[in-house]
Parts: sequence; structure tokens; C-alpha cells
Amino acid sequence: MNSITPRAATVEKIVGRAVPRPNARRLVEGRGTYVDDVELPRMVHVAYLRSPHAHARILRIDAAAALDMPGVVAIVDGRQLAEICAPFVGALSHLAGMRSPPQHAMAVDRACWQGEAVVAVVAQTRAQAEDAMQAVEVTWEVLPAVTRMDTALDPGTPVIHPELGDNLCFHREVDSGGVDDAFAAADVVVEETYDFGRHTGVTLEPRSILADYNPAERRLTVHHSHQAPHMMGDLYARLMGILEADVRVLCKDVGGSFGIKVHAYADDFATVALSVLLGRPVKFVADRLESFVTDIHAREHRVKARLALTRDGRFLAFDIADLTGIGPYSMYPRTSAVEGNQVINLCGGPYDHPHYRATLDVVFQNKVQTSQYRGVGHPIACAVTEGIVDLAAATLGMDPLELRRRNLMADDSFPRKGASGILLESLSHQRCLARLEEMVDFPALRREQAELRAKGIHRGIGIAVLIELTNPGAAFYGTGGARIASQDGATVRLDPTGIVHCASGVGEQGQGTETIFAQIVADEVGVPMDRVRVLTGDTAATPYGGGTWASRGAGIGGEAVLQASRQLRANLLEFAAVHLGLPVERLRIAGGSVIDTAEGVALMDLAELGSLAHFRPDLLPAGFQPELVVTRHYAQRDYPFIFTNGIQVSHVEVDVETGVVTLLKHWVVEDCGRVLNPLLVDEQIRGAVMQGLGGVLFEECLYDENGVMRNGSMADYLVPMAGEMPDIEVAHVETPTRSSELGAKGAGEAGTAGAPAAVMNAINDALRPFAVRLTAQPITPEKILHALHPHLAG
Amino acid sequence: MTDRILVNITVNGMVYERWIEPRLHLGDFLREELGLKGTHLGCEHGVCGACTVVVDDEIVRSCLTLAVQADGAMVETIEGKSESGAIRDLQDAFLERNALQCGFCTAGLLLTADALLQAEPEADRARIREHISGNYCRCTGYHAVVDAIETVGERRRAGARGAQP
Amino acid sequence: MKAPPFAYRRVDSVAAAAALLREHGDEARLIAGGQTLLATLGMRLSEPSLLIDIRGITEMQGIAVADGHLRIGALARHVDVERSALVARHLPLLSLAAPHIAHAAIRNRGTFGGSIAFADPAAEWPACTVAADGALTLSDGTRSRTVAATDFFLGLYQTALRPDELITAVQFPLPGPQRRFAFTELARRHGDYATVGVALAGDVTDGRLDNPRIVYFGIGGTPVRARAAEAALAGGRAEPAALDRAVAELGGELAPAGDLYAAAATKLHLAGVLLRRGIQSLMAEDVQS
Repeated sequence: MNSITPRAATVEKIVGRAVPRPNARRLVEGRGTYVDDVELPRMVHVAYLRSPHAHARILRIDAAAALDMPGVVAIVDGRQLAEICAPFVGALSHLAGMRSPPQHAMAVDRACWQGEAVVAVVAQTRAQAEDAMQAVEVTWEVLPAVTRMDTALDPGTPVIHPELGDNLCFHREVDSGGVDDAFAAADVVVEETYDFGRHTGVTLEPRSILADYNPAERRLTVHHSHQAPHMMGDLYARLMGILEADVRVLCKDVGGSFGIKVHAYADDFATVALSVLLGRPVKFVADRLESFVTDIHAREHRVKARLALTRDGRFLAFDIADLTGIGPYSMYPRTSAVEGNQVINLCGGPYDHPHYRATLDVVFQNKVQTSQYRGVGHPIACAVTEGIVDLAAATLGMDPLELRRRNLMADDSFPRKGASGILLESLSHQRCLARLEEMVDFPALRREQAELRAKGIHRGIGIAVLIELTNPGAAFYGTGGARIASQDGATVRLDPTGIVHCASGVGEQGQGTETIFAQIVADEVGVPMDRVRVLTGDTAATPYGGGTWASRGAGIGGEAVLQASRQLRANLLEFAAVHLGLPVERLRIAGGSVIDTAEGVALMDLAELGSLAHFRPDLLPAGFQPELVVTRHYAQRDYPFIFTNGIQVSHVEVDVETGVVTLLKHWVVEDCGRVLNPLLVDEQIRGAVMQGLGGVLFEECLYDENGVMRNGSMADYLVPMAGEMPDIEVAHVETPTRSSELGAKGAGEAGTAGAPAAVMNAINDALRPFAVRLTAQPITPEKILHALHPHLAG
Repeated sequence: MTDRILVNITVNGMVYERWIEPRLHLGDFLREELGLKGTHLGCEHGVCGACTVVVDDEIVRSCLTLAVQADGAMVETIEGKSESGAIRDLQDAFLERNALQCGFCTAGLLLTADALLQAEPEADRARIREHISGNYCRCTGYHAVVDAIETVGERRRAGARGAQP
Repeated sequence: MKAPPFAYRRVDSVAAAAALLREHGDEARLIAGGQTLLATLGMRLSEPSLLIDIRGITEMQGIAVADGHLRIGALARHVDVERSALVARHLPLLSLAAPHIAHAAIRNRGTFGGSIAFADPAAEWPACTVAADGALTLSDGTRSRTVAATDFFLGLYQTALRPDELITAVQFPLPGPQRRFAFTELARRHGDYATVGVALAGDVTDGRLDNPRIVYFGIGGTPVRARAAEAALAGGRAEPAALDRAVAELGGELAPAGDLYAAAATKLHLAGVLLRRGIQSLMAEDVQS
């Protein structure tokens, strides 16, 4: 027995501290394992010949010459793959009336967007596959392309899928009632239209998959750069007719995801089907050019918004109409309607207003499929809401901060419903506003603004209040029939060496998931963090779970880890009590040791306990079996979602001669519930803010009238780089959710939600002397010049 | 005419002789021929900076350098820089500051940052931002990366002052 | 995104390079830094059967001052120009422009001559070479000729280079003590190709501007010298009225082509803004004297 009094008697909690990520050391030393780093025996590479046309019939494929080229293993078309992989439909039953036609792993007869895979060329190396691809001849009959969403439903527009009758994928209306009366009675009505350019995620590591089907045992192993390994395992099994038990999906290091890698791409199914067909490992790593025309796009919306107010600035009603274009198929399995659905659920969300009405039209186009990308509808809802609130403030001649103060839902009014019908557990708008005013010296900024304006320098201050849905329950997908787990599981075990091992269904894509899980295990079991090991990203070794999406990793996965850890601690205490012959109430675990609280001494290290259980069960009392492995699952069932809230402020300078916007500074106050690790959560917020900044100023997938993407390269699609990005200051207000013991809400997307609105408002604030407003994102220098000098727009 | 060519390239202090296709870029040479997977390919057209390596003491894009053009050259990758300890301070600072998330850009950023600090340890935030403006990071928002580089610059300057008699 | 197969030859003389060019014609391409070429090969936008690596040609290297000229070897890399004390002293226009070229890792490999030979209309060096009255030495290995930069750029990616010629060096007359330079460009992001940029030179004596050079890039198929705007400013003190006249002249002599992010009218507007800013900087500049 150890008689040293452990410092552990007053052990400080690790959760809540700024702990760096132990698992990042390998990444800074170039020792990570991304999918493209994995090489398997007999592995071959596939390159996909993709449609150069937005819409075209495939008349003939001639691969004869290509088959004879060096290294070529197989050349396969969509018909052949359709015999291996069943078609799939991206629809959810709880989005009533939604429809989308069956989609195949590769185009059969017809390609419906520029970039859709038409022929798979498999060869010993990627270079050889590309060489042979050039020798494949496809004869096309080009068909008219539907590119514009605003005319997609016009009678004269071709119907992409004639069996559907028109190009409508989904329509929904929300109406609280009383909207028309509220507008009729309002003192002030403001109205504006907001446009949002398509953009895409541009994960630095492209989508990558290595499918390894072993026909001898009919087992499929897939190395995948993905956020939802269990979901993919289920889909591969069902579409290929393999037992799910015989499918293993491995996600080691993932080079950025952001929702781009939560979907099931046709390319994924095609690559797996090729491995099944060929009976050998097939690797597909999207190159950057094909990424731009195959990774999901997002956010092509036009939103008309109206807001009715009283003279003293009280909001009466919002009236919203959202139109969004999603490509030719709704994305499988999460669909392409969720983004628009969230827009109409979330507009007006931070504010106390009695009436709300919104309509949504989701239309098909011959462009890349759109779907969930970081923020999912929030950046749009926030920009619309905060844009029109700023317009109202300007119309009323009221300070924008003051107008918000008058209308934000009061902190003591929760739980409650929002006017759109959303359920809100507990938000802190007023405290966040107060915290923001401590951070940002608004009076000083306004003074500076006035002084500089006199010198022809135009600075602006933009505010954005937001809510974000996190920790989703089954309402998101499960109730709609998608096999997407809203629960997640954690298995925690004590090894013989006293190490606590934790396996979770939620994976790591750099957010720090594994670190916060280790923090939770350390606190809840009572061991130092360096005695915790975390495993994620392997469906064969982790409990079934949904993975990483909708800002659920910490809140859902973390709660499962907490529950499992607590039970393991209880098991260990019981074990120690039995072994030591002491009452369990006298014992606790801290610092990796069992402690006698009466004497304040450490009695035994957990390693001794582990060793005893594994190797000397003969020393234990008859009939007592220590249980050193615990699995717990957690599903958030109190609310459809646990909402978070926050406020952002952007400070910009607009060069009115060139239209160039300089981002001077960005402030964030965020309430993500209990902060598990401020170092990690702050960087989640900063990174998310930057993705919002990219969307509002730089990023847009530009298409020509034929549906061909014009800027599909890193040189032409403008992602934010360090030179143009500001420093971002972050502060927290903590309102833990009561739906879990952990109290953590999600934090991954709010930054993206609020940044575009803050910058748009800042630009419009800067340009106020010119009586112009910019409401079409991205707000490019040219758009600003056109607003300031209408003759240039000619 | 497109026959393989014999090259002799020193990578992280080891001399490698290989018959390679002229079209092979240095990034693929390192990854596919030598198994050095720490150099990542993000765009393969010279924009993202992920594939940055050091050739004859200068950073280059390995996707925009033919391996045959590196014949006779001294190449250093993240693996070599890690093993030699040459950028240990930067690696530590990136970890302390959480200046990486997914890690895919990190090798390129570390080597790019080291090149700056070797020449200008006094570089301020604006200069750091300018210098790393060819390295795309989708995760961090750059703020933490700039912090980490700035900190190492300060430490290196303090170290240099400390070393003076 | 892998390059198609090609053969590769290293040469150590202009004559050898030119001989291979003659032998292989359109099938051959020169490669030096390769910072543009290799990206286009990866995209399979061009498929030469032979790359001729000219980096070993010693006579095309170096930066030197001799006979009243600054000579920049075609193989001098962007970074060599950027760091050159000779360039900073004699032709600071190039020192001002260099940091705008892409990013450090690109500047470490891309070459001065390569950029001029490729003649991207939005690139910095061609415009600077015109603005600084540079002359290009072209050689086919047996005969050399000198072509003024103003005569070299013929159209979009079209130059006066004959199929078997190389740029071996660029010669710049050493500017007099009154010669001042300014450089300004707008790019969406640092290091991107310019939306519009302008390289400016002029003799400034007691506030009077003589022999101005105003050369735009990113605005046409070639670097564009704005001669009418130059005339509007020549001999004056760049007072507001003269600047207005110069800007007005741009409308007549620039015929911008729009690109992805800026239409022609926008570019013309920006050209005027940059002219005012550039001239202001040129006239205010006193660090060079």
C-alpha cells in the first residue's frame, strides 16, 4: 500500500481547462495517417471521367483504345456498376412532399451536372488512369440545362426529371397566423431581398476513400476521410448487399470536413462497387479540380424578407420567402432540403415577436448538388434577420444595438417557443450583449468612425445576433426515415496497466474531440489525462453512433463518455471496496489511485486494480466479478435541438474608390453552454468565423449560362487566406444545457452563422453616407463599386 | 523519349537513387517513391501551399517542382525537420497555441514559417500574415497560427540575444 | 491531376536549347522554374512531348551592372530580384513589384525571364520591364537580337520570340538621379494575379514630372502603356486638373477585357484610381533621392 498523501485529494478538474491536444503532435511531425497515405497490397487507383456538360445524354462510350493502355485494370460504366450498387434516393419522410429521383453510383444514360461521373478508369497508378481516361471517347447529346433557380419553376423551363412533372423538390410553409394583420397595423414596414452565392467547403484534404473488398470472406473494409463512419457502413452494406456486420469503416486522420465529408457521395459508392467488382483495394482521391464539381455546394439562396415594427421599435412580424437551388438530385441520405428548411425555421430566431410566416421552395438545377455545409442555413437566416433588423434601425433612426436590445428574447423567458415554432431551452442574449459591450468600446468606434468619415475614410461596425441548433435529437433525420444515428456511444475500460481506454462513435477531424473526451474521462474516472487513451473512427472497435455533424460531438458524444466514465468509476470503487474490505463510501478515485477518504491516503493505484482483475482473479472473493468495461449511450431527447446563442461584431474599412473591404477586427461572444476546453473551443469559433468571412466577401461558385462552373480551381475560387483575415477576439457566456450532466452545447458552427451578417452590416454601416446597401453575398469590390457608381454596372 | 531518368536526390540527409518518370513531381516522388507521407498534396496546382518542402535551404511547392529537377539537390521534408529538431520550437508553439486542427496544412505552414523566422525573426503580425498568405488553412482562421509564429519569433530573438557575449 | 508523360532534357547552352526547339517544334517547351507550366501540365491543358530544362545555362544567370545598364539574366528568380541590392539601388521599381508576385515559395523558383516569356497579361514583370524601358536579349544560339520591351508583347500570350529563341537577359538603362518609380496593384487576395496594376516611372525635378511612363497590367492582352495619359502629365506638376485629364485619357487608350471578378468598366475605373494613387506616390516619393 502506498502511504503518500496524494495531491489528488484536491485534484482540479481538467474539464474547463485550456488543455492542448495530445493527438496533434503526430500531425505537426508529419506522422498523421490520412487516407491517401494508406497503401494496400494489390491496390489500384480509379479516376472518373466526368461529364463536361451540365446536362447530356450518353450516346456511346468507346473505351477500346483506353483498355490497351499501360497499367489499365478495368474501365467500367454506370450500367455495369448499377448491377453491383443499388440506386439511392435523397428524401426524408418528415419533409412532407419532398421528392427526388433515384441516383446511381455513376450516370446511367444521362449526366445531370458538369462533374457527374460517367466512366471509371481503374489502373495501377492514378497517372495511368488519367492517361487512359483521355483515350476514352464518349459521344454526347447535349440537353438544355436548367441553371437559374428563379426560373426553374417557370412553365417554359425544361423539366430535368420529366417523371416528376416539374423542377420542384420541396415546398414548405410556416405560418403562426396574424402576419397580414400585423403588417397592416405596423407603423413601419421594411423589406429587402438577400442573395447568397453558392459556395463550397474546400477541405484541404480532398475527399478520399480506399475500398478494400475481400471476396474470400465477403468482407468490406473502407478507409474513408469521413465524419460518419457508422452511417457509411450501413449504406455500403445495404446498397451493395453485404451484411453490415461484414463492413468496417475506418476514419483515421481527416483533413478537414465541415459537413463536406458527412455525405454519401456517388463517388464513394462507385469506388466501393469497383472494389467489389474487382475483388481488390481501389483508391479514389479526388483531385482539386474534380473536387470543385463534385464536393457538395451550398447556400445558393434568394430570400425576400419583410419586417413589421412599431414606431418605438418593437418587432411585430417577420415574413420570409426563401428560394434555393440544389442541383439535379437531393443529396443522399441527408437531403438537400434541410438547409432551406433551417432558413425558414431560424429567421427572426433571436427575437421576441408574435407573428411569423415563411415559405420555402427548393428547386432542381443542372449544377453540383448542394447540401449541408458548416452552418447549414444559419448563415442565411442570420444575414436575412440581422440585415433587415439593421435596415429597420436605419429607417427608425435608431442605434442598431439599441433596437436589438429592445427585441431580444429575455434571458429569464426560457424555455420557450420561437415564433417559427422552434423550441428553445435556455439562451443568454442579454448577458451576451452585456459581455459584448465590455469587449467592444462602441462609443469609441463611433467617434473614430465620425472623425475618419470627415477625412474620406469609411469604416463600419456591424452587429449580428444569432442562434444555432446543436445537440440534435432524432427529429433531425431519424424520424424522417434516414438511418442516421442521433445517439452516440462510448466504451470506457480499465486496462491492466491502469490506463483508461475510451472508444467513441464520434470521431476527430481536428476539433479536439479526442482531447475533450480524455478530459472528461480523466475527471469522471479520476485519473490524470496522460493515463487516458481515446480511440475513434473505427466501426469495428467503437460503439455505434452518428459521428460528427450538427455540432453534436462534444454535447452528445461527450455525455456518453461522461456516463460511461461515471459507471466505470463506480465499478472500480466497488471492486476496490471488495478487495480492500472497506466500505465503498470511504473510497474515492483521484490521480489514478484509490483513496481512503478517512485517512486521506492513497491505498492502491488503478494499475494494481487492473492487474488484479486481469491476472489474479483467484485472489477475489468467490462470486465477485469486477466489470472493467462499460458502454453507455446517450441521445438528447428533451428537445428537438439544444439551441445556443451568440453575438458577433465586425469592424471594416471600405475603400470607396476601389470597393476593397478591409477586415479590421472581429469580436465574438458565444454561449455554447459549459466550456470544456477554452483553447479548443476558441479555435473552433475562429475557424468557423473565417468560413463565414470567406462566404461574405470572397467565395462563390460561378456558373456560365450552360451550367459549366467557371472558377473551379484554387486559383479562381477565392478561399480566405491569412493576408486578408482579421484577428478574432472571443469571449464566452456559459449557460449549461440541463439536458445532459455534461452541460455542453455545440460550438462548431455559430462562427460561420454570424460572421456574414456582421460583415454585411458593417459594410452597409460604412457606406451609409452614400445611401446604398449591399445585400448580395459575396460582397465583392465590384458589387460595391456598382452600388456606388451605378454607371459602372452598365 | 519518355523513358525514366536516373536521379540522385538527398532527402533528409539520405541519398536516394531512383529511376523515375520525368512527369513525376517532387511531392509524388517523396510520397510514392520514398513513402514520406508527411508532405501533403492539397491542390497540385501550386496554390494551397500544403506540399511545401525545403529544397537547397529554400521553401518550394513540391507539386510545382519536377523530381528530375531536384536531381542533385538537398531536400528536407517535415519528417527530416522533425527528426533533426530544427523546428521543434515552432512545432511546440503550434501545439501550445492549438494552431492546427485537421493538420493537413501544418507541415507546409511550419516550413513556410521557419523560412520567414530564419530570415526575419522580428516579423510582426502583418508580415507573418503576408508571408503565410500562400498557405491555405481552412480550419483555424489563421489567428492562432500567427500567434504561434509570432511567439517563436520572440523566443528566437530572445535566444539570440541570450547567446550574445 | 497528374501530368501527361513527356521526355526531359537538360541543356547547358542556349545553342543546345535552341537546337532542341528546332528539332521538336511545337512539341517542346522550355522549363525553368516551371511555376506556371507545371500547373498547366497537371491540368493537361497542354501536352508537350519534351521539356527542355534550361536552368543550367550559365550565361542566362545573374544580376549585374555594366556599361550603364542593369542586366538581369533570364534565369534570375523572382527572389533574386527581390533581394538584389543592385536592383534596389538602380531600379527600385522591381523591388517594389516583387513582393506582389505570388508567394515566397513560388518566388523561390519562378524566373524573371520565364514570367516575361509567358507574358501573362496580369503579371508584374512584363509591365515593369516596359515601364523601365527594358530591352530583351533574344538568342537562337547563333544570333542574338535586342527587342525593346514595348515591342516584345504582341498580344494575349503572344510575344516577339521566334520558335527557336530564348530570352537570355533583360537590359535596363540605369535611371538618372531624378528618375522615380511607383508600383501599385489591386488583387483580390495578396499574391493573386492583379485585377489591375500599374507600374510608373518619371523624372521628378522640383515637383515637375518629365518623361513619365504609365504601364498597366491586368487590363489588356499585354502590358499597356498609357501614352496619352503620360502626355497629359508630362512636364507638369501632376496637379488635380492634369490628373483628371490623364484619367480621362485612359478611357480612350485602355480597352480592358473583363475577367471573373471585374468587368471591363470596373477595370477602367480602377485604372483611373490607381493612376491617381500611383502618381501621388511617385511625386511624394523621397526615399529614393
